[in-house]
Amino acid sequence: MKIYLMVFLCMVASVVFAEEADYAKHREHLTKSDFQARGVAGLERLDEDNVRAACNHLGSVPPKQVVQALEQAQRAAIQYPSDGKYLGDWKNGEKIAQDGRGMTWSDKAGSENGGNCYNCHQLSKSETSFGTIGPSLNQYGALRGNSVETQKYTYGKIYNAKAYNLCSHMPRFGHVKALTEQQIKDLVALLLDPASPINKK
Amino acid sequence: MRNCLNKLGVICALLLSFGAMAQSNDPTTQEFETFRAMMEADNPAEIYEDAGAQMWKARRGPKQVSLEQCDLGLGPGIVKGAYVQMPRYFADAGKVMDAERRIVYCMANLQGFNEAELAKQPFSTDGYTPDPAMLVTYVAGQSRGMKINVSRKPSQVAKAYIAGMEIFNYRAGPYDFSCASCHGADGKRIRTQMLPNLSKPNAESMLAIQGWPAYRMTGGYLLTLPWRINDCFRQQRLPEPKYGSDTVSALLTYLTANANGQVYKGPGIKR
Repeated sequence: MKIYLMVFLCMVASVVFAEEADYAKHREHLTKSDFQARGVAGLERLDEDNVRAACNHLGSVPPKQVVQALEQAQRAAIQYPSDGKYLGDWKNGEKIAQDGRGMTWSDKAGSENGGNCYNCHQLSKSETSFGTIGPSLNQYGALRGNSVETQKYTYGKIYNAKAYNLCSHMPRFGHVKALTEQQIKDLVALLLDPASPINKK
Repeated sequence: MRNCLNKLGVICALLLSFGAMAQSNDPTTQEFETFRAMMEADNPAEIYEDAGAQMWKARRGPKQVSLEQCDLGLGPGIVKGAYVQMPRYFADAGKVMDAERRIVYCMANLQGFNEAELAKQPFSTDGYTPDPAMLVTYVAGQSRGMKINVSRKPSQVAKAYIAGMEIFNYRAGPYDFSCASCHGADGKRIRTQMLPNLSKPNAESMLAIQGWPAYRMTGGYLLTLPWRINDCFRQQRLPEPKYGSDTVSALLTYLTANANGQVYKGPGIKR
């Protein structure tokens, strides 16, 4: 299994570094010397992990084998709730979905982050101020049902959207610890609980 | 403040922009646009233009000279039309510079101001408007009604344009955001805020440049393009780009050159 993973990573690396040479010609402007750390936003935030690197250097649609290997590695790193329960409180979920704060240099360290959901998605019909970068999630649960598999998939998708769609615009909220396990559970409930306003007609 | 013809021009421009705004059904946006129309008849940015003009001509700094010998790319002292042709390459500095960066360069090199001092608090806050912001508003006003015309022919500018494009598309930070996350497709919104597609030369590209420098009604002060870029990086959850850095100039080269051929209406008003 380890060797299997190593081979995949080498494949990814070789494709990434082949492109790297061309890209580096123009890259001097991306150096950290043009930035300064401020508040919670340190210079390490400019670093690329392998997912960002693949999407940055290979365009938004990297070769299929790169996508598969990286998505698989991201999926393997998802930490599911230890109690096996995925559904929290949809009312808290709605508050988290509304909240777009957190992680900027003007936010306080250690403050709870919002989920930013309405910034990009339609969710409850009653909220008319919603963004359109992501698809509408209205009726999400009504369309998919509320099986444990759906709950687990939804938890994973919020935890790490890149595990399912490598160059997605959606942040990896659990992977980068922007949202806690409980917050993600509450969002899963907002999407799947039959009582949630998202699933009302 | 200005002559009637100018006012008429502003009203015409407003009527045109109202046409474009008719697509937005959001009541908040509509309300703001009505308010902006009222405000723009007496554009507060013009106060800063006038103050900047005085400052440009005044003998200032340790060397007690004016900025009238500042070369904005069209030769020393030529301000008219310079703004819409920047960023451009300046051989004396060996850098591609946007207008504000060039003004800071002139303040340092002609007048003897300390560049590091100027970079300490480069953006307006309550009751404080930095000198470069006022000066760039004057310079921008001297290109009112002219077409954006950033030449990508000099190799340094061509390189800065590509660097800007790379930065625009560079995912980073805890949320993996790039400029393109929000400004990479047509017809997208954050909440009710329309997001112009700035990822290619098109009609919407001008929305990155149009109306800046701006009197911003939130807070009630003057803000410039480098501030706009700075705040985008903040919202991307990235660290802060340094004032007057190559990164900011490269991004502005990319964004401005994408708007080539479109008419710049002068300093304006933002929400």
